[in-house]
Amino acid sequence: MSHYEAPIREPLVLGDKSYHDITEDIAKPIEGKANKNWHMAFYISLAAMLWGFGCIFYTVGTGIGVWGLNKNIGWAWDITNFVWWVGIGHAGTLISAVLLLFRQKWRMAINRSAEAMTIFAVFQAGLFPIIHMGRPWNAYWVLPLPNQFGSLWVNFNSPLLWDVFAISTYLSVSLVFWWTGLLPDFAMIRDRAVKPFQKKIYALLSFGWSGRAKDWQRFEEVSLVLAGLATPLVLSVHTIVSMDFATSINPGWHSTIFPPYFVAGAIFSGFAMVQTLLGIMRKVTNMEEYITRLHVEYMNIVIILTGGIVAVAYATEFFIAWYTGSPYENYTYLSVGAATGPYWWAFWSLLIFNIFIPQLLWFKKIRRSFIWSFIISIAINIGMWFERFDIIAIVLSKGHLPSTWWRFEPTFVDVGIFIGTIGFFFVLFLLYARTFPVIAQAEVKTILKSSGEFYKKRRAEGIPTKPSIVAKTKSKEVNPDNNKKE
Amino acid sequence: MESSKVIHAFYNDDEVLLDAVKAVKSEHHHIEEVFCPFPVHGLDKAMGLAPTKLAITAFFYGITGLSFAIWMTNYMMIQDWPQDIGGKPSFSWFENMPAFVPIMFELTVFFAAHLMVITFYMRSRIWPFKKAENPDPRTTDDHFLMEIPVHNNEEALTSLLEKTGAVEINIVDKH
Repeated sequence: MSHYEAPIREPLVLGDKSYHDITEDIAKPIEGKANKNWHMAFYISLAAMLWGFGCIFYTVGTGIGVWGLNKNIGWAWDITNFVWWVGIGHAGTLISAVLLLFRQKWRMAINRSAEAMTIFAVFQAGLFPIIHMGRPWNAYWVLPLPNQFGSLWVNFNSPLLWDVFAISTYLSVSLVFWWTGLLPDFAMIRDRAVKPFQKKIYALLSFGWSGRAKDWQRFEEVSLVLAGLATPLVLSVHTIVSMDFATSINPGWHSTIFPPYFVAGAIFSGFAMVQTLLGIMRKVTNMEEYITRLHVEYMNIVIILTGGIVAVAYATEFFIAWYTGSPYENYTYLSVGAATGPYWWAFWSLLIFNIFIPQLLWFKKIRRSFIWSFIISIAINIGMWFERFDIIAIVLSKGHLPSTWWRFEPTFVDVGIFIGTIGFFFVLFLLYARTFPVIAQAEVKTILKSSGEFYKKRRAEGIPTKPSIVAKTKSKEVNPDNNKKE
Repeated sequence: MESSKVIHAFYNDDEVLLDAVKAVKSEHHHIEEVFCPFPVHGLDKAMGLAPTKLAITAFFYGITGLSFAIWMTNYMMIQDWPQDIGGKPSFSWFENMPAFVPIMFELTVFFAAHLMVITFYMRSRIWPFKKAENPDPRTTDDHFLMEIPVHNNEEALTSLLEKTGAVEINIVDKH
């Protein structure tokens, strides 16, 4: 009975798969050669990344003046990108931690890649505050280190410092969580590698994982506790990011709904990015039988839920901006002033991409369609970028005094660094897709009997999942097909 | 160390393995080790392994992190160099405490997570450049390996293991 699952549930692993088939499928992209599409995508991303690095060197060499900032708008494009990337980073830990606590089996096909995405996205996010410091070689000054400046410590009252702690904790804990889950899968690659160099590399990466019963017992306990720790952590990170704004006294920022609203928005954008990446990856690495329509639908349901929370938050902000009757509130990012002012295009982009287009997911046909999910996920990625741009640039563009009414216009350097981080992100992800087991195969094997199509069909016919034992003589014959035969 | 003989019995199904472990246990044989490609639920209980205490260590590591955060914020912001920032009172740690909650939370998680994982790696002896110790490469793919020490009872053990559905049985010298 340990492998029972209600027959009404759709299978999560398609095809007549045995445990060995899973091994083969997951190892194939690593052992095979990259195809033309991979090379093309890789070189385009690499070019974008190098262009971005060029812009970063230009910024650091010349000064922050090369950005479109001005005396009133001291941060705009960079912090928008920072929040956008951190937000994207939220889905990975949500999938691996929260869904683990809720015992959602469908997370197993996507958690590895979602966590990889998290880590790579947080890398990109971390770049922006460091570049914005102007002197990135002094970035360690944010750490509470004893120093030669009369032991002046960092300011623990500041939300920006909370960010330092939140993001570094988040990045390092996610990385450890990811790597611990990878150990058995690296061991699998190691044990079947034929090339000596490859074997050496994967032996190193797998930390000598042997798969003893005790190791697995500890592994499961550690995963569960890490999930328990990472769940509040993932909620705390964007809460603290939102406090960068919410603890200020600017109208439009000084808002008590920011923490839950930012967290929901982060999960919304994170799942959208997972859809975008997996929509491509399942094709490129032939994982169609593991990342199924059902997975896409489940993710879309999470997107509708979190998108709904975001929509309610927008409505609240818009209503409050009008209801206060305060002239200052009339130019917050969600107000009549914003909708009709010089940033009308940003306001309407936000609403169209983030609120209107995702509503299509209420239709089951669209929710279960790969191509529609992909298109909608791109729309959400754009919409969520505009959300952060609106919050930051529109609010700052009209302060309390007319002399502070300045507009922000990005320069090519602003845009270049952003494109660079997108390139960097895809370079990392493409390299990952070629060298890492992209699906947590050990975990998928545990659900094969309960949720695999093959076993579900057999169970419907009344055949037990446990193969019957064939009485054997002394012959040392191995029956590799034992999983499939009676 | 003197060399001793062990039986390596291979299985290719988790449920068959679980029954086999129970059968071997009920015959009062000692199971030295079971190598699995994925976690098999109930295997630790069937083998008689004690539950792991890693979760408890995580709790204490978390307490350590929390204490460290309290000590650090108090020393840096209250004792060593008190500053008036945004009107937040810096006379005593407790008055300034609400601003330190995020730091306290993050360090609790940081200590609990990392130290627990390091403990896990140390206890299970996994770290970079460690050599793997699974006796057969198939145990990370689709085979389960049960290792039983032999004390002049090869025949009895082999026939028992065959009855439980082992797909391959080898007797090897273990050094």
